[in-house]
Amino acid sequence: MKYMLMMHAPRAGWTKAGIGTWPPEDVQAHIRFMKGLNKELKEAGEFVGAEGLADAEAARVVRAGKNGAPEVTDGPFAEAKEFLAGYWIVDVDSTERAYAIAARASAAPGKAGVPLNMPIEVRQVMSAPPVDM
Amino acid sequence: MTTPPTFTGEHLLRDLAPQVLGAVIRRFGDFAAAEDAVQEALLAATLQWPEQGVPDNPRGWLIQVAARRMIDHIRSELARRRRDGVVVMHDPPELQVVPAPDDPLHTSLEPGFGSAGRALDGEQDDTLILLFMCCHPALTRPSAIALTLRAVGGLTTAEIANAFLVPEATMAQRISRAKERIKSSGVPFRLPTDRDRSERLGAVLHVLYLIFNEGYTSSIGPDLQRRDLANEAIRLTRGVHNLLQGDGEVAGLLALMLLTDARRLARTGPDGELIPLAEQDRTRWDRHAIAEGVALISDTLPRGAIGAYQLQAAIAALHDEAARAADTDWPQILALYGLLKRMSDNPMVSLNHAIAAAMVNGPAAGLQLLTSLDADKRMAGHYRLDAVRAHLFEMAGDHQSAIAHYRAAARRTASIPERNYLTTKAARLVKDL
Repeated sequence: MKYMLMMHAPRAGWTKAGIGTWPPEDVQAHIRFMKGLNKELKEAGEFVGAEGLADAEAARVVRAGKNGAPEVTDGPFAEAKEFLAGYWIVDVDSTERAYAIAARASAAPGKAGVPLNMPIEVRQVMSAPPVDM
Repeated sequence: MTTPPTFTGEHLLRDLAPQVLGAVIRRFGDFAAAEDAVQEALLAATLQWPEQGVPDNPRGWLIQVAARRMIDHIRSELARRRRDGVVVMHDPPELQVVPAPDDPLHTSLEPGFGSAGRALDGEQDDTLILLFMCCHPALTRPSAIALTLRAVGGLTTAEIANAFLVPEATMAQRISRAKERIKSSGVPFRLPTDRDRSERLGAVLHVLYLIFNEGYTSSIGPDLQRRDLANEAIRLTRGVHNLLQGDGEVAGLLALMLLTDARRLARTGPDGELIPLAEQDRTRWDRHAIAEGVALISDTLPRGAIGAYQLQAAIAALHDEAARAADTDWPQILALYGLLKRMSDNPMVSLNHAIAAAMVNGPAAGLQLLTSLDADKRMAGHYRLDAVRAHLFEMAGDHQSAIAHYRAAARRTASIPERNYLTTKAARLVKDL
């Protein structure tokens, strides 16, 4: 079963109290943790993909305008408290295992190594239908 | 220059893979390294045979190439150990028994040689032993599936990764972890004891069944790589059936696969949309597969212990034998689901039993049976319960309730074609309200 694990980061915290304001060794520890987690998932044979997303400041919302031309706005999410910071796709044996990985990611170290406890949204990836009977 | 004969060796290679692996393990032990060596030999064959022709003794050729790889592997391991300062007092047993690389290798199957020390029918037993190893209960199901396809099926890691839509590196890790797990659990290279046999065979059949499902259920559109999994599962199950002709459940599983796979072409429309059994164009069903499956299950059922795969195959046969959906022998199907229900506590069986009851005794009878599933935790929030309920409400003419349940089911399914199907069903009923 494949799951997408979406990591949400607090928008307000990102610039004022977020990773940009941590001491370098804490930033390093955070990056090391994320790299380690990815390595662990690869070694477990569960890794399908993972990406971190660039800062939400630069995010834009696009809709089709007249004649299908892109209509670009800053979007309604300027007020959103949290934004998507990155995701993993994992292929695991059970929902419980997906939750366990999400909990690991959620506990990524923040300032002074304190776990961030970020909310991780866990969604099943659509797959094939079951056998018909 | 003459045109080289067309190389059709893929099947030959896949058939030989477990025999070759068995022979190499008997000589060298070390399942994990032997499996890598055999993969390299298979790769060498796919590169060389199309050019140079298939050797007279393809099995011997592969064993020889794999054995050379093993010897290289053992030598480099020894060198590594020496570098690491491990004192090697004498040659390890692996090297003591290795003949020169160019020796004829048939000696390797002499009685008394190898861990299990048996030669007669060694290659047949080896395929079974490998299956029992790869489907060992110590492994997770995804690991068992991947390892079975590689070690017994002879597929490459890249092929398996493509079929399961994961990166090749991930699949490689999954396979090597599975091999480590087998090593650390100390699973011996021999057939399970009589006491464990039936449970272990059950695990093997379940893995084969899962491989089939993975291929069959996703064979939508031109996705041939995944389609190959269903063929592979049928091929492997056929192999087990040939080795264990007297086992009813093995025959039942093979029949079930054939009878289900026979409907594959009719199961989806041109845009990959799902077509339910009752609406399928039955002229597109595979007559040969149906004939084989029906013969197999008819031959097996009267012979003894009835199992769940045989019952499911018998049900599939009744569907396949009906020229029109209206000709389906539902009373017989209802009786078979009744038996199946007594045999297993699977809520999916209860669900299908309710459908059969509705077809025989009317939708109210089916809906009545479904109420017992509401309390079943395994079914709570499962889309299939909503989907079946919607279908029975539609049969009963209660379209409002049917719409609500079709929509609930659409929201809960994790399958895109299924979601499209359920959403369309709801939309059609809304239009006719």
